[in-house]
Amino acid sequence: MSVVQEDERDVAAFPGQRPPRASVGSHRVEEEVFGKAYDPKTVRRIWAYVKPYRLKIYLSVAAVLVFTATQLAIPLIIGNAIDTGLVAGGDPAALTWAVGAFAIAVLFNFAASWVQETQVGQVAEHVLFDMRRAMFAQLQAVSLSYMDKTEVGRLMSRLQGDVNSMQEFLETSVISVGDLVLLFGIVAVLLSLDPWLGLLTLITMPVLFIIRIFWLPPAKRAFWAAHETNSLTAGAMAEGINGVRTVQNLDRQKVNFDLYDDKAYHNLRTQLTGSKYAQVMVPIVDSLTGISMATVVVVGGAMVLNGNLQVGVIVAFLFYIQRFFDPIRSLTMQYSIMQRAMTSGRRIIEVMDLPTVIEDKPGAISLTGAMDGSVEFRDVVFGYDPKRPVLKNVSFKVNPGETVAVIGPTGSGKTSAMALVHRFYEVQSGAVVVGGHDVRDITQESLGEQVAMVLQEPFLFTGTIFENIRYNKASATRDDVIAAAKAVGAHDFIARFANGYDTMLEQRGSNLSLGQRQLLSFARALVADAKILVLDEATANIDSYTERQIQKALEILLAGRTGMVIAHRLATIRGADRIIVLQNGEKIEEGNHDQLMELGGLYSKLYNMNYSSFDDIPDEMVAQANAKAAST
Amino acid sequence: MITLKAGRERSRGDARDHVAAAHAGIGMGPLKRISLYSLRHPFQASLAIGATIVASILQLSIPRLLGQAIDQTQTVLSVAGEGAQEALIWTAAILLLVSVARGGFTLVQNYFSESVGHHVGYELRLAFYDKVQRLSYSYHDRVHSGDLITIGLLDLDGLRMFFATGLVRTVLLAVLIGVGAWMLLSTDLLLGFLALSFVPFVAWRSSVAQLTLRATWLILQEKLSVLTRVMEENLGGIRVVRAFSGQKFELRKFDVASTDALELAHQRVMVRVKNTSMMTFSFFVAMGLVLWVGGNKVIAGEISVGTLASFLTFMTILQMPVRQLGLMVNSYARASTCGERFYAFLDAPVEIEDKPEAVPLEISKGVLRFEDVHFTYPGASVPTLNGISFEAHAGQTIGIVGAPGSGKSTLAHLIPRFYDVTAGRVTLDGQDVRDVTLASLRRSVAVVQQDTFLFTTTIENNIAYGDPWAKDRKIERAAESAQLHNYIMGLPAAYDTVVGERGVSLSGGQRQRLSIARSLVLKPAVMVFDDSTAAIDAGTEHRIRSAIRRFASDRVTMIIAHRLSSLMHADTILFLEDGRIVERGSHEELLALGGKYRALYDLQTRPTDDLEAAQ
Repeated sequence: MSVVQEDERDVAAFPGQRPPRASVGSHRVEEEVFGKAYDPKTVRRIWAYVKPYRLKIYLSVAAVLVFTATQLAIPLIIGNAIDTGLVAGGDPAALTWAVGAFAIAVLFNFAASWVQETQVGQVAEHVLFDMRRAMFAQLQAVSLSYMDKTEVGRLMSRLQGDVNSMQEFLETSVISVGDLVLLFGIVAVLLSLDPWLGLLTLITMPVLFIIRIFWLPPAKRAFWAAHETNSLTAGAMAEGINGVRTVQNLDRQKVNFDLYDDKAYHNLRTQLTGSKYAQVMVPIVDSLTGISMATVVVVGGAMVLNGNLQVGVIVAFLFYIQRFFDPIRSLTMQYSIMQRAMTSGRRIIEVMDLPTVIEDKPGAISLTGAMDGSVEFRDVVFGYDPKRPVLKNVSFKVNPGETVAVIGPTGSGKTSAMALVHRFYEVQSGAVVVGGHDVRDITQESLGEQVAMVLQEPFLFTGTIFENIRYNKASATRDDVIAAAKAVGAHDFIARFANGYDTMLEQRGSNLSLGQRQLLSFARALVADAKILVLDEATANIDSYTERQIQKALEILLAGRTGMVIAHRLATIRGADRIIVLQNGEKIEEGNHDQLMELGGLYSKLYNMNYSSFDDIPDEMVAQANAKAAST
Repeated sequence: MITLKAGRERSRGDARDHVAAAHAGIGMGPLKRISLYSLRHPFQASLAIGATIVASILQLSIPRLLGQAIDQTQTVLSVAGEGAQEALIWTAAILLLVSVARGGFTLVQNYFSESVGHHVGYELRLAFYDKVQRLSYSYHDRVHSGDLITIGLLDLDGLRMFFATGLVRTVLLAVLIGVGAWMLLSTDLLLGFLALSFVPFVAWRSSVAQLTLRATWLILQEKLSVLTRVMEENLGGIRVVRAFSGQKFELRKFDVASTDALELAHQRVMVRVKNTSMMTFSFFVAMGLVLWVGGNKVIAGEISVGTLASFLTFMTILQMPVRQLGLMVNSYARASTCGERFYAFLDAPVEIEDKPEAVPLEISKGVLRFEDVHFTYPGASVPTLNGISFEAHAGQTIGIVGAPGSGKSTLAHLIPRFYDVTAGRVTLDGQDVRDVTLASLRRSVAVVQQDTFLFTTTIENNIAYGDPWAKDRKIERAAESAQLHNYIMGLPAAYDTVVGERGVSLSGGQRQRLSIARSLVLKPAVMVFDDSTAAIDAGTEHRIRSAIRRFASDRVTMIIAHRLSSLMHADTILFLEDGRIVERGSHEELLALGGKYRALYDLQTRPTDDLEAAQ
């Protein structure tokens, strides 16, 4: 441990201060957000998702252009009207023309904004959902060795946060096109109305631009710090809520309150700094606007006085100045959005490019219920790390209809063997043969239909009990589901719920006991009606009453099926037709109970220790048994 | 890494004051309560409001000045002379001054209204956090943690922003629209009416749009959370999905949830577009009317061009704030609903607290007594515990067995007062647990729970959770006793390895061992293992037991377990059934008794088939 001695002194010197080993929530937000603003590779890949909607994009860009044009036209129309007819005793016809032109511009403006906003908004939503779906579909095929290593939370932030920042980018980028056009349009119009006055007025524009360039980096840091401290404070709060029982249990309330106060207070400071940075631009923009207006009034006014300029031009100028700085503001903001989107885009592509390792061979055959249901391991070598095999040349055969118990100490390779039957991973050498076919020659989907699996930790989905038992077996009727539940002995407790089979399981069945969840997962396997059942018996301690029910259910589940059971309970092992003992990735014993007892090897030694479960036997006793077995 | 400034620069009292202040005003409506609370920062609040008034009046004067400038250029055409140029320069100077001043006042307005919001947010967060920690188990049993997080994040946000988005904006709009209307109407009644004609329409549309968007936003959130759940469960249960070849099925589930959300998102886009387009359109129609009618007035010589121009610029200035009227209405609606939920939480009664005259617990001999304890969960009709009496002395181990639901955990939870007894009493060295301070009680009683919550921090900090001042050696010893030390040393950063939601994930057994280590650090007078070794294999459990036996002489140990091997060494075993002790005695005594304990023992030690054969 690396706590320096100084901490302890500190503690002594400042009683009542923060303890050295305490924190609430985590200290940093992991993900980096700002990167390159433009990365052609990412853009190309993302464009593939935008491409199907490109016509809509073109249409909305066109609409944006029209919209910008009307924005540019309106001040001109007004200025022009003033100059052509708006003097006392002027020509009413000119005014009528001007109002007509105004009305047309407004109609175009209305239509263009409608088209642009509906198109852009919907395309962005569509692209968002398409990308998310593509990622989700990819994750369904990604090899399990990747999924084993990756946290669900990390993937979820790909599927949500990153996709959202892409959406934001799409929405704003079309609008930026309009901003860019508006910016150049205003410059062009002002210069063409009067080059001299135009230049003088526009001087403030580069000034603002330069100010913003200097302002942006520290401002961005301030905004990011505010965002970061905010989510850290929120994280600490969520932890306080989720862990409240432990907090009260260990009487940590006071310490936590102070630590949380530190976090919240720090957040307050960064938020205030962020506000300062955001608001400091207001007087700058207002002052620059004021300078431009004053310039127009003084210089333009003088020109009007001298008869060099018409007053309508001044009015138009004043209108433009009001809108002058909007595009600069949004364009500089767009830069950050782009940076963020590129980073997100890169991460999204990472997910899309994840290796799928296990794919169906071209021409893979479909396994049907007509196959015999045998399982055979032929010299299987397998390891998650190729240099360290978990299974070493393991061979055995499970005959149709037979139940084989696979036993062995932790790390013997039992669980890996089970995963291979389902081809969750690829063998390094040798072959796993199901129903007479190498699993690599069979489509994964049909393999899944013929091999049902019950995992050690029952996993249920949010939904009704009925939906959970039926899962993806769409052909199963309600009667099938009830029959399965009755067979495994789950019917009684299900029927006790007010809504019976339609009872909603909250949060993956947290309203059920572990034993009950186990029974439901048995029922699910029964409904799947596969020829082969692979089962990893639960090790966790379930109360003895439920335990017995599970044993009975297991018998029913295995009846008429080929069974491969990673067994922990003696009762299950005794009930098997054959027992395979694995140790350190090798098969060391095989035979039925009586044969193995006669053999006098590891199995018989362990059995004679009279524990109800092999897992209950302390390690050192296993080692003893091993030594004894080796010596005989 | 964020460096936290130690709290020395602030006095700790502040935080407690904020908490107390947030609780004030019980019984008030949420809007009134939050408004008064925001005014706890009178200096900032009045600066914000004052600046708002000045800034909007300055803003309104800009069109006037522009119109004046235009008229000055016009009049000189006929009069001509030096005076006109001078007048223009004056107007320009005032214009510049007003613009700069307006900018300055807007800065003050925005900054201080945000600042009030941030301060209020900070203070309410403290009050919220404090309350979460104070409310007892029975409250947390009732209320879902997700709902609490929503209150603490979203509802609190809706409340804290009310000052800026509701109150200040109300002042802003009132001044802008009120003074603006007066200025326009007093200049030219008809033109004024036309110029303002878009205001009620836009105000109405924007309010409707905001309220619709808010309502659909809530539904959208729900739909998106369904989508999130589908994705999360799929990824979490990926082995089940693959085992059943459920990929296509899962994609269909995803599509249903996704399309559902997409449709609503589309609808929302349409609501937004329809309203913004209509608002812009109505604004331009009004502008066209002003141009037409005003133009005719200019031709007729009734008003000057400058006046017309000032009307038109007035309108552009009014346009944005009027559009924000919807946001203001929304802010009221949001603050009101959020406030109701937030204050309901803040005002919730705390069921278990220190009595005013509570004194610290004093441990002398270390005797735990249950005296005819009865307990019924709030809202339940059947009592969970029904007359439990027993006594345990330091150095003794009490084992508790019974079927699920027999009241084992409940019994344990009464000792550190997670719940209060309904009748009877629990005493430690003769002191009723309800008469001593919670802090002293919970330091003396450690309950190792079935589910271990890991905090996102290092293993070291997790073990030292109850005693964050603990020395290295103490933490290591606790980990050694819990048979976790060797595993920790094998981790990349050993004791500094971060665990929890964002760190290394531990197996069920490892978590339970960490939880045991966490309790051992406290050196409690009573230590309860609440089925906390279920995921630990028997061998390791045995080693843990021998390791802690050395320190067990001055504490009462209580073990609740399904596995009889976990508790058969206990001095006394209590067999619970329906909240009553039906058998009690040592393992040998109970076996000899041949009752329920014996039956359970037989069930566990002999395989099912043998048993059934025997029957």
